[in-house]
Amino acid sequence: MTGFEVEAIRQDFPIFSEKMNNKPLVYLDNAASTQKPRAVIDRVKQFYESEYATVNRGVYALGGAATEMVETVRKQVQEFIGARESSEIIFTRGTTESINLVAHAYGRKFLGAGDEIIISVIEHHSNIVPWQILCEEKGINLKVIPVNDKGELLLDAYEELISKRTKLVSIGHISNALGTINPLKVIIDRAHSVGAKVVVDGAQGAPHSNLNVMALDCDFYGFSGHKLFGPTGVGVLYGKKELLEKMDPFLGGGDMIKSVSMEKTEYADPPQKFEAGTPPIAQIIGMGAALKYITQIGMDAIVSYEQMLLKVALEALDEIEDINIIGTAENKASVISFLIGDIHPHDIGTVMDQEGIAIRAGHHCAQPTMRRFKVPATARASFSLYNTVEDIHALVRGIHKVKEIFQ
Amino acid sequence: MTALDRLYQEMILEHNRKPRNFKVLEKPTHISHGVNPLCGDDYYIFLTVEDGIIKDVGFKGVGCAISKSSASMMSTMIKNKPVKDVMEMKECFISRLTRETETPECDTILGNLTIFEGVKAFPVRVKCATLIWRALEDAILHQKKPKEDRVVTTE
Repeated sequence: MTGFEVEAIRQDFPIFSEKMNNKPLVYLDNAASTQKPRAVIDRVKQFYESEYATVNRGVYALGGAATEMVETVRKQVQEFIGARESSEIIFTRGTTESINLVAHAYGRKFLGAGDEIIISVIEHHSNIVPWQILCEEKGINLKVIPVNDKGELLLDAYEELISKRTKLVSIGHISNALGTINPLKVIIDRAHSVGAKVVVDGAQGAPHSNLNVMALDCDFYGFSGHKLFGPTGVGVLYGKKELLEKMDPFLGGGDMIKSVSMEKTEYADPPQKFEAGTPPIAQIIGMGAALKYITQIGMDAIVSYEQMLLKVALEALDEIEDINIIGTAENKASVISFLIGDIHPHDIGTVMDQEGIAIRAGHHCAQPTMRRFKVPATARASFSLYNTVEDIHALVRGIHKVKEIFQ
Repeated sequence: MTALDRLYQEMILEHNRKPRNFKVLEKPTHISHGVNPLCGDDYYIFLTVEDGIIKDVGFKGVGCAISKSSASMMSTMIKNKPVKDVMEMKECFISRLTRETETPECDTILGNLTIFEGVKAFPVRVKCATLIWRALEDAILHQKKPKEDRVVTTE
């Protein structure tokens, strides 16, 4: 692995000098949230200590500078995801809010009774529930793309579902529960052929792929800051300019208006139209530091390192008896959902925790996925750029410990 | 003994492997449904109560070793006991796991159930051990007629 010094990278993350249950921390819950590098922590600290002011209103220097910083991050995001213009970047609280924004501001305005929305059975709840709410309200029908036993979308079934009634397709870039990388381009092009718009839930996609929304040609793409080494409470919605312009506002309030009178309010242009209220300024700036950090290492290097970890981990788990991996797509990100015999994932999680290993146990906010694979829950190890082959050895030792206790 | 050994004691593991009264009752007088949606523990409890005595008990569902062994051990402890005593046992069990106050008077009432004290070292797992007891409470208090499917939770 040339040019990728994982030991140096680990030095950037202060948490790895901490212990968990008196054991060195082996953090394998990256699909849920990532740890923060010193660069992000210091950037937020510096902002609060010496640069803090609110944005978009101060005539004073600090306010102007803070506004400038936030707008610089908007440009950074634009470059990071390959958008045409920075005005296509809306700051939200996270992926969940990004998807809800589209459901509310686009869906409510442009979809109606008899229209159809297509999602897939392996979506995160945040790419299911907002559409169910919209469908319920408007009399829209929700259609669901099934998956095969590997956890790959059945494109033949998609082909059967899609029709002139399809107005929106909302699909995860990468499944948080299974790791499946979905064939976005195929899905998007087919949706566009019937005039449907496409929303991509990029919560797992943005941190683990070299993204270019213009090449993908998706209409919307949402992701969260905290899953790519940034602070919590901040995320992004990318939307094509022509769509953002004709959409209704999301939340009403300050910052999203041109003028307000008691008779009539004129809304601001995108992106401000969708950013009512004081934004999470420090978090946005922190996310900017995170994007800079990622860019310095290089997304291609990160992805190929994570793929190496995935391969090593899958090979290691393959040698252990009674391990059942849920989600074995050919095109898969560094997420491994697994079961050990009939041992409940929460018992696995507790034993691992005592060994200093943080994994996820549960339904991963993807209950329909669990149901599809007929399991109530899984244990999940998900890898990021600071994980090592030694972490995988620790995971394997943890699994043996679990087996020792329960068998 | 490590905290983990105290959590997963042999008696708990044995009940998890071979849960007692792991069955659906045909004609229960009381029923409840305990679900912890975040972790996925999900059990129905069935009771046959006659003249204030729990004549039969069954439980069925899925969950972790702690929730399942807790339900299994509970079922063996409450059979043929007066409802009044069982409610007292429930109070003892829940306060033993969730409060700091000393309850020496509960030692005799709880008997083998004190084995679950090891769960206290794992705060996120307390809800696993208490779920079936909350379902039991709900069945006794509210569900005389097993009709509606209300759900109780310890999350």
